[in-house]
Amino acid sequence: MSVIKAEKLSYIYGENTPFRKVAVDNVDLDIDEGEFIGVIGHTGSGKSTLIQHFNGLLKPTSGSIYIDGEKLWEDKARLRAIRFKVGLVFQYPEYQLFEETCYKDISFGPKNMGLSEEEIDKRVRETARLVGLSDSVLEKSPFELSGGQKRRVAIAGVMAMEPKVLVLDEPASGLDPKGRSQILGLIRDYHKEKKNTVMLVSHSMEDVAKHCSKILVMNNAKIFCYDTPVNVFHRAEELEQMGLAVPQITRVFNRLRAMGLGIDDDVYTVSYGSELLLKKLKDRQEGAL
Amino acid sequence: MLKDITIGQFFPGNSPIHRMDSRIKLLLTVAFIVMLFLAGNIYSLCVGIAFTILSYVISEIPFKMILKSLKPILPIIIFTSILNLLFIRTGDVYWEWKIFKITEDGVDTAVFMSIRIICLIVGSSLLTYTTSPIDLTDGLEKLLSPLKKIKVPVHELAMMMTIALRFIPTLIEETDKIMQAQKARGADMETGSVFKRAKALVPILIPLFVSSFRRAEELAMAMECRCYHGGEGRTRMKQLKLHLVDLIAALIVAVFIAGVIAVNIIAG
Repeated sequence: MSVIKAEKLSYIYGENTPFRKVAVDNVDLDIDEGEFIGVIGHTGSGKSTLIQHFNGLLKPTSGSIYIDGEKLWEDKARLRAIRFKVGLVFQYPEYQLFEETCYKDISFGPKNMGLSEEEIDKRVRETARLVGLSDSVLEKSPFELSGGQKRRVAIAGVMAMEPKVLVLDEPASGLDPKGRSQILGLIRDYHKEKKNTVMLVSHSMEDVAKHCSKILVMNNAKIFCYDTPVNVFHRAEELEQMGLAVPQITRVFNRLRAMGLGIDDDVYTVSYGSELLLKKLKDRQEGAL
Repeated sequence: MLKDITIGQFFPGNSPIHRMDSRIKLLLTVAFIVMLFLAGNIYSLCVGIAFTILSYVISEIPFKMILKSLKPILPIIIFTSILNLLFIRTGDVYWEWKIFKITEDGVDTAVFMSIRIICLIVGSSLLTYTTSPIDLTDGLEKLLSPLKKIKVPVHELAMMMTIALRFIPTLIEETDKIMQAQKARGADMETGSVFKRAKALVPILIPLFVSSFRRAEELAMAMECRCYHGGEGRTRMKQLKLHLVDLIAALIVAVFIAGVIAVNIIAG
């Protein structure tokens, strides 16, 4: 069943002014439950604008959007309830922290949902464990923490609302490589454990290739394609034309293939690539024997 | 949305008034105010009106902007007119009801005062319409620089003003972002009592304060890295220089002031 559905969705910034800009252009989209989706696109391709439609922060200029089968903007009073179904983590989410302690900050979302005290406590502790925050950190002020930890608190704040769809806008930007892989790892753990739909906006093809089951490529306010990583990276040339690179490992293997190495599969993760190469080497050794 | 708020009213253009030196514009605005207050009767006020119209024609500012600048002071105009109408009791009586009395002098004064206030606001708005905020603070700093002799930190004050103006759009954008983020976490800012709504501002104001302090610290650091140490011995990229335009403008204003005084004497 589709959890997010967009029909002919368009959004125009500054309509009727000289600064008019089409940010999302006639987009049709159907997202199934339980997917882990990577959203990729150039700066200004409309990714951030598109995801802000999913929980009703932006009202489409035209077209409609359905969350869990319910049409958004039909009834304004329902908007807040729908917002709890789609959790949105913005870029640099640590700038939204405001409470005295991390515990209180994580519980802000669940509290707004009107949950009981015990339920809130349960959720805060569970998400804290999920993102790797110890109990002692929970009692600290979020402003005392390091950048990476602050970001975990902020992400936990949205996860604790247990949304059906979790959308993250470049959750790893501005972190060092270790912090990056930790944040992405905990998002993957969350997806594995909760089986909820996750959307990950990213610039890094490697990250998306490693984690996601589907990839959504945006270009010039339109959806270029929405498909599995294999099928998306198969169109390497087109991607490169729009200024997006395929993962480095895919490029390496495309070159190898062009040089005459008999590998037909598309390779987009290092582990799969090394597995294939080892197999090839083994075959050759056996052939030599 | 928040983005629709415009700060400052600068209306870019390339008219002679736009090209004028901001110091001269500031001084001439003061002279213009003096001119209006020198006008003692309706005839000399007409000279002031003529000057206001002339400067708008030269500046190529659209008529719509004039109305925009008048909107906020409309209540003041109405209020003073009513006071003048009711409390000036000399002259021929036009209309009387119980203790209320409207006289010829009352009507005259009300019209005179309203026109003067309108001219005052419309004319001085031209300063902010044709001068960018940065030019304005530059001019202000230069004009106030004699005050440095009595230890007034003129340069620092001007620098603070420039920085404040520069960061208003940034802060608006930041507020917008934080608001979106908290709304996504279910913050409810549109419903509830006044007290509840005020409380709902906390999740927005605290992050905003924190990021403002962070920005201030970063900016201070960046300025220090470029060896900024206040106004002492500092040169400017944009030198303020007087041009022919400024001289002509000053002459025109002088002629109009003389005109107002002359009409005052003849008609008075």
